[in-house]
Amino acid sequence: MNAPAYNFAYLDEQTKRMIRRAILKAIAIPGYQVPFASREMPMPYGWGTGGVQVTASILGPDDVLKVIDQGSDDTTNAVSIRKFFAKTAAVRTTTRTADATIIQTRHRIPETPLTGDQVLVFQVPIPEPLRFLEPRETETRRMHALADYGLMHVKLYEDIARHGHIATTYAYPVKVDGRYVMDPSPTPKFDNPKMDDCAALQLFGAGREKRIYAIPPHTKVVSLDFEDHPFEPSRTPKICGLCGADDTYLDEVVTDDKGGRLFVCSDSDYCEQRRGAEKTA
Amino acid sequence: MSEPDVPLLVAEGVTKYYGRQLGCRDVSFSLYQGEVLAVVGESGSGKTTLLQLLSTQLVPSAGRVRYRLRDGVTRDLADLSEAERRFLFRTDWGYVHQDAALGLRMNVSAGANVGERLMAVGWRHYGRIRGTAVQWLDRVEIDTDRIDDPPLTYSGGMRQRLQIARNLVTQPRLVFMDEPTGGLDVSVQARLLDLLRGLVTELGLAAVIVTHDLAVARLLSHRIMVMKGGEVIEEGLTDQVLDDPREPYTQLLVSSILPA
Repeated sequence: MNAPAYNFAYLDEQTKRMIRRAILKAIAIPGYQVPFASREMPMPYGWGTGGVQVTASILGPDDVLKVIDQGSDDTTNAVSIRKFFAKTAAVRTTTRTADATIIQTRHRIPETPLTGDQVLVFQVPIPEPLRFLEPRETETRRMHALADYGLMHVKLYEDIARHGHIATTYAYPVKVDGRYVMDPSPTPKFDNPKMDDCAALQLFGAGREKRIYAIPPHTKVVSLDFEDHPFEPSRTPKICGLCGADDTYLDEVVTDDKGGRLFVCSDSDYCEQRRGAEKTA
Repeated sequence: MSEPDVPLLVAEGVTKYYGRQLGCRDVSFSLYQGEVLAVVGESGSGKTTLLQLLSTQLVPSAGRVRYRLRDGVTRDLADLSEAERRFLFRTDWGYVHQDAALGLRMNVSAGANVGERLMAVGWRHYGRIRGTAVQWLDRVEIDTDRIDDPPLTYSGGMRQRLQIARNLVTQPRLVFMDEPTGGLDVSVQARLLDLLRGLVTELGLAAVIVTHDLAVARLLSHRIMVMKGGEVIEEGLTDQVLDDPREPYTQLLVSSILPA
């Protein structure tokens, strides 16, 4: 029983090569959804099988991995994926954004600005931004090919007609590098501006849908909007109950059954760093 | 030669075979700006096939269709790229389906249905898009209070009128209509025809209308083509053909209208 039970980072080398080719193509065509032969992973669809495959393919023995779920390092999804790679690849893991070289995320981009040495890997449930507007995949591909994106604005129009403002708060469509319209996965639109001109490479993996797409470093990412209803990153107008930050994305936590509410930073690492800095100061 | 002397749409020997089955054979005609052509005939006579060939939804087995684009250049539609064809379809052309559900987005509000073409050609000002949608709803006699309701909640006649508004909002020069009054009751038909006739005259639209209803042809069209078994058997001015039909089949068609 001395032979290792798994290949490094679980996937076999041929599979990793295949996924890396898809990643390279995705980087070459920013925002374009590259099909790939997604594998069964030892976790259910919807738990980040796409992100895990991307991470497994780019992970090296010297990498330091951070995994977040809704901004937090200590929720089930984040903990189990971190353990998964600690076990199958024996890489170092961290919860500190600044220390990580690869950050796999579900729903959030860390508050700490990312650097050129880092790669952000998104877990994507539905990669097709036009999915709920046009159900035919053959047709949406053609629309992407012809940059026929009028329909995307129909959705935003509907929002304003129904709610008086653009009510889409997450998975807010963006145009990448002036060409492809892309679904930034279900990140809150608060994070959309962070994608623009980001120093880190951003990779998106959708396991069930078998698609990989990418935003290379320092790429222009524009959130779609109307001239008279411009894009606005939204956040709850409160301050963090733990660290007092007034510029972060907040989670609402129910604290008792008498209507008690606490708003805290969704990025748990950022919140902890701020509180740590306060203590030492 | 001044612009109106050059035909807008020219069909030359347009033929379509579905395998060995004939769709339509050797259809040729010219359509000028502001002219309405009705294509009549019974079911299976090749009317809809012809309409789809003209509007590039089908590729002809033989023959060609040429169209004078907005820049004045007449081009073979088969030579256009798909992007150009799509652009044509959402700017200079309209296509009114018999079943409004095919031509509309049923779950999206009426305003967005009308505004979609505008957004597709680059309009990015919500207020102006909505303003234009209101104008068009008013023009096709839909209560503007219902701008935010999806067509799913509309009656058949309203859907058909909404479909017309959606098509005309980019001020096309040519509209294809496939049985625009099919499936509507007689009074609603009359209102729709009245509206269509008004719009066609007012906007100087050219139109190709496929119908089996000779009354529709008589009310709307200047010229008429009678099809049978995939071929055009008679054509001419509408009143001439309907009042003095030459072919036995046309005589049968005309005489089979129930007296009012």
